[in-house]
Parts: sequence; C-alpha cells; structure tokens
Amino acid sequence: MLKNRCLIDPADFTREEFREIFDLAHQIIADPEKYSKSCEGKILATLFYEPSTRTRFSFEAAMLRLGGKVIGFSEPNSSSTAKGESIADTLRTIECYADIAAMRHPKEGAPRMASHYIQMPLINAGDGGHQHPTQTLTDILTIERLRGNVENKTYGFCGDLKFGRTVHSLVKFLSNYEGVKFIFISPEELRVPEYIREEIVKKKGIPYEEVDQMEPYMGQLDFLYMTRVQRERFFNEEDYIRLKDRFILDAEKMTYARPDTYILHPLPRVNEISTEVDSDPRAQYFNQARNGMYVRMALICKLLGIY
Amino acid sequence: MLEINSIERGIVIDHIKAGYGMTVFNYLHLENADYNVALIMNAFSLKMGKKDIIKINNVIDINYDFLGLIDPNATVNIIENGKTVKKVKLEVPQTITNIIHCKNPRCVTSVEHYFDHVFHLVDKEKRSYRCEYCDDIVVPYPNK
Repeated sequence: MLKNRCLIDPADFTREEFREIFDLAHQIIADPEKYSKSCEGKILATLFYEPSTRTRFSFEAAMLRLGGKVIGFSEPNSSSTAKGESIADTLRTIECYADIAAMRHPKEGAPRMASHYIQMPLINAGDGGHQHPTQTLTDILTIERLRGNVENKTYGFCGDLKFGRTVHSLVKFLSNYEGVKFIFISPEELRVPEYIREEIVKKKGIPYEEVDQMEPYMGQLDFLYMTRVQRERFFNEEDYIRLKDRFILDAEKMTYARPDTYILHPLPRVNEISTEVDSDPRAQYFNQARNGMYVRMALICKLLGIY
Repeated sequence: MLEINSIERGIVIDHIKAGYGMTVFNYLHLENADYNVALIMNAFSLKMGKKDIIKINNVIDINYDFLGLIDPNATVNIIENGKTVKKVKLEVPQTITNIIHCKNPRCVTSVEHYFDHVFHLVDKEKRSYRCEYCDDIVVPYPNK
C-alpha cells in the first residue's frame, strides 16, 4: 500500500511497490487522457530550495496533467526560509495547505528529516549530492521501454559518481535485481561514495569495476549513464576546473559502443555529451525527460491513494 | 603498585580499552562529580595488557549504548554494600542517538539543529555507523 507514504530513498519501497508505479506509468503513457481528472481537487506543493528546471516542471506538469493544482516556491529567498524559518516549520505549515509535496534541498538528508515532522506524502526531488529517487523512476521507466526489463544488463556510469545523486539512487535501485553488473568510470577523486560501494554493491555481491577510461569498456555496456560534473557540489573551484572535462562522450567514442547500447543522462548537460551525439538513435536522454513526467504522474496517484 | 580503595555503593567500569578511559570519564561529566571518582589509566591486565578503569562511588545513569560504542568488551559492575550485585554485558548498539554528530558539511544536521542525530550500525567489527540523514559512514571510536 503506497497511500500516504514518502519516497525519500529508493530503499523506502519494495520491488513490488515500484512495479505498481511502473505499471501505472506504462498505462498512463498508453492513454494519458484517461487520467486527466484523476487528481481533481488535490494540491501538490513544490518546495525547491535549490534551482531546478526539469524536475520542478516535471512534477508540476505531472500534477496539472492529472487535473490537480500546484503551489510552491522555486528558490528559498521567496519563502519564509529567508526569514530564518526551519525546514520542519515550513513543512508543517505547507501540510496545512497541500495534499502532497515534492522537496528539493541542497543539504543531504533534508527531506528525510522533514518527513519525520509531517503526515502528508513527501517526495525527495533531490537532496544535495545524496539521492534523487524520482530521477531513478525516470531512468528505470526509460530502460523498461527500451529493453523490456532491467535484469541481466551491464550498466556503465560515467562522470561525477561521488556527488552524482542520480547515480547513487539508480545504483541502489538496480542492486535489487538479478544479473546486473556495474562499470564505474570516473577520475579517482569522483568515485562512488563508500556507502554505495561497501554497503550496497559489495554487500549484495554485485560484480563491478572502477576504471578511469571510457573507450575500453564501451563495448560491454547495455546502458551508459553519463553525468555532469556539478560545479555547485565543489567547495574548491580549482578542483572543479581540473575535473570537469575529464570525460566527454563524442561521436568518435560512440563508435566503440554496440548498436544496442543506449546513452542516458539525467540532464542538464553541459559539455559531457557532445551535441553531435544527440542525433544518434542510441541517445535517449530527451526521451528520459518525457518519461519522467509520466512516472511522476503515476507516483503522485499512488501516494495519494488514487488507483 | 597504585591502590584505589574499593567502593561501597556505586559503579565500576572495568576493562575499558586503554586510552578510552578519559573519553568515558568526560562523557559521563565526572569532572563535575562531588563524590569519589577514580580514573585509572593503563592498569595492568592479564587479558588485555593494559586497560583503563573508572570507579564511581555513587549510583548514576549510564548510557550503555555509549559504552558499547566505545568498547563492547568493557564491563559494568554495579556495587552495593561493597559487593558486585550486577554485571552488565555491553553490546555494540544497532542505533545511536545524540552520542556523535555527523561531520559531513553537506549533511542537513550541519545547518538545522533541533532534531536527533541518529546513526545506524553498518559493520559490527569495525563499529562503523551510517548517518540516518546523509548516509555518510563514520567510525567514531576506531580500535587503537
């Protein structure tokens, strides 16, 4: 039963519960009109303490396409946070007005902490460099639509794997499925955090490699998940400049990939995927963005107890 | 050899890993005690070589989670009428609350200060813990 639950971390739901969400998302894609009044009379609050374009728009578009309404703020200076209000107080107040909330915050664990203070369903829309579970829903729906299921596949993750919250959530999710293998491609300084490698990947006995070259491994991959090196996660600008251009996927590197290797990216992209790759049919990152709206529609419905 | 008189009624924390006696002493705020307290450091131990001991001539509340976190092999003896009436077996706690704080500057605990600091056990041997909020892994009291 997903009604009134919070999605803060991929470990919050079981495989069966995620299955319910994906099944509904596939049904919504097949006939969106059928769901256009599902959330009439319901209000989603989008609480974005950090800038976002696609995640916030995706949540808002999802609610509007379900017939619901949206309130919220897109940066903390336009909320009571600027007056020094605590996260807990903001959430307890918003709960008086909204039925469900999506929250993004630069500090890791902020949505988990906030969820302890409220009864309404809360969705983590990204917390610092930590987790981004609805991007994972987006990624998985895209993988399912391209290849049927997530099992028995090799996933390459490339770029900033240390602060890349979308990577952490996706690895955590995929770790529950049989036959998956991971290849982590990054500079030494941006490798996956210890808690991902030790507590999830190693503990579950998943085969993995940590490498610092892209080309030799391209031919093994079913999916290559590219990520941006995020300036906002670095305390030191010099480190950012030194690492930001380390891995750039271009048409020449795509020649090493198999015809059925798909390229994913949570977006926004800076320069880590050259625009010449966009026209390659294996580049699926803009389809991901569309799927993100549909899977968020399914998630909102499930957490509100509709369907 | 140094002699410390036995206590009539109170608590003896024995077999503390050498070097951690002061940590326990400070955590229990024994520096403010107005009753007899003894901290013995580097006492000879047949089993451990060296150990620390704390003798408290009073009955006080002890946070056993904290002691288990520092050294699960330490022993706590409750003394009444000069005799040990109870021995408490310590365990590495599964969850610790408000004993340590997260050091990750990106963690929400670094900016909001009105809720519990909670950590969950990851590895019993290493005594490593994961922050409830940011998942950062820490070993608060590594084996010396």
